[in-house]
Amino acid sequence: MSATVPLACKPGDYKSDTKPIWCPGCGDYHVLLSITRAFAALNLPPEQLAVVSGIGCSSRIPAYTSCYGFHGVHGRSLAVGAGLKVARPDMTVVVASGDGDGYSIGGNHFMHACRRNVDLTYIVMDNHIYGMTKGQPSPTTEPDFDTALSPGGTGLRPFNPLVIALASGANFIARAFSGHVNETAKIIVEAVHHPGFSFVEILSPCVTYRPDQRAWKDCVRSAPVEPTDDAARAARRLMTDDGFNLGVLYRGDRWPYQPRAAATVTDLAEFEKGFEI
Amino acid sequence: MSGPVDAVKVSSPAELYALAYEIETDAVERYKLLADQMQAHNNSELNRIFLDLARAEGIHAAEIQRMAGERGLDAQRAPIGAWRTESPEAVDLAAAHYLLTPVEALQMALAGEERALAFYTGLAAEATDPAVKKLLKEFVAEETEHVELCHRLIRRYSTGSEHPEDLDPPWAVD
Repeated sequence: MSATVPLACKPGDYKSDTKPIWCPGCGDYHVLLSITRAFAALNLPPEQLAVVSGIGCSSRIPAYTSCYGFHGVHGRSLAVGAGLKVARPDMTVVVASGDGDGYSIGGNHFMHACRRNVDLTYIVMDNHIYGMTKGQPSPTTEPDFDTALSPGGTGLRPFNPLVIALASGANFIARAFSGHVNETAKIIVEAVHHPGFSFVEILSPCVTYRPDQRAWKDCVRSAPVEPTDDAARAARRLMTDDGFNLGVLYRGDRWPYQPRAAATVTDLAEFEKGFEI
Repeated sequence: MSGPVDAVKVSSPAELYALAYEIETDAVERYKLLADQMQAHNNSELNRIFLDLARAEGIHAAEIQRMAGERGLDAQRAPIGAWRTESPEAVDLAAAHYLLTPVEALQMALAGEERALAFYTGLAAEATDPAVKKLLKEFVAEETEHVELCHRLIRRYSTGSEHPEDLDPPWAVD
């Protein structure tokens, strides 16, 4: 396929032959539908798209797409994705993660990826639990989530990823719900089109370790306000919302990170002078 | 159902074909995913049921495509669904679980078919274009058949539909 040819791609064109394996009922099945529908709407050939992930249930996504994929190490998906985008700015890079991989093990990469503002899209499938390793609390788990693995709950204040993203410099912030497949796909398309670091948090229920999250479909709602480009206003909204407002919540206008053109070394002695103390 | 469904207005047969095709292909995609999930859990009976449902929706999609013609569908098709939110027939993948029984699976399908029937019935009541109205009546008849089929299958599977016991559930702490 060539980018110059009208493609009219279909969602099925972005699915691999690998059958998805998550628990039946997992929200990540819906997210896979949203991602492939978004890619079809973007109408890019699969070889111009890269899906990068870390470790966890959500990070299985690259294997289920026909695009370039990289199943990286735990928490480092953003480092790999940013490196890929800087090296190959012609590629469209989507990084997939979960709340454990993205906010705990990869928490530092998250902040600095927001700050760096490389032009990529970061999708986090948040289910407030480490599902793959049998249900340990994650950074977004409620403090009173009481199980045999966290007796009495952690008592810790949950991480607020959207506020952290805004404070760290993310240029586009949205929240979606996995069950709203088409709405989520449209948000992903907008995130990819928006320049800079676009962060899409998708509430994606874990029906095995958090069966209570089946009720999320009755809690979510469209955000009652239009997206803003005013970071202060966005901060007030994000710090006061209950975590169930959906839609694009912030659209910034920061210029994306551009690597400086590498200087051509013609005189080694001159080059070494730059490192003199 | 997964999400909210918007009111849709249809003013021409071409628009209706595109809309109906989106609804059917969405259903095929979801049933195939469910079939794959059941296969992964060695539930061959449910795998077969979901594949049969996917095949039935696929036949309907192919019929709509034949009626509309490929070019007609492409000209009308929206980039992501023909509606702002979800297909009325969308089966809620989140309603599945690893101990799903055939009756529960068919009830998921029935819920989708009933929504599709209500959707087309509503459109037919509001349609003013005679050609659109005639087509919608055909779609209503088709969906009525699907609803009846689901009811028949549910009756067939209604005995022995309790969840099997799992002595090692996935949430058990080792």
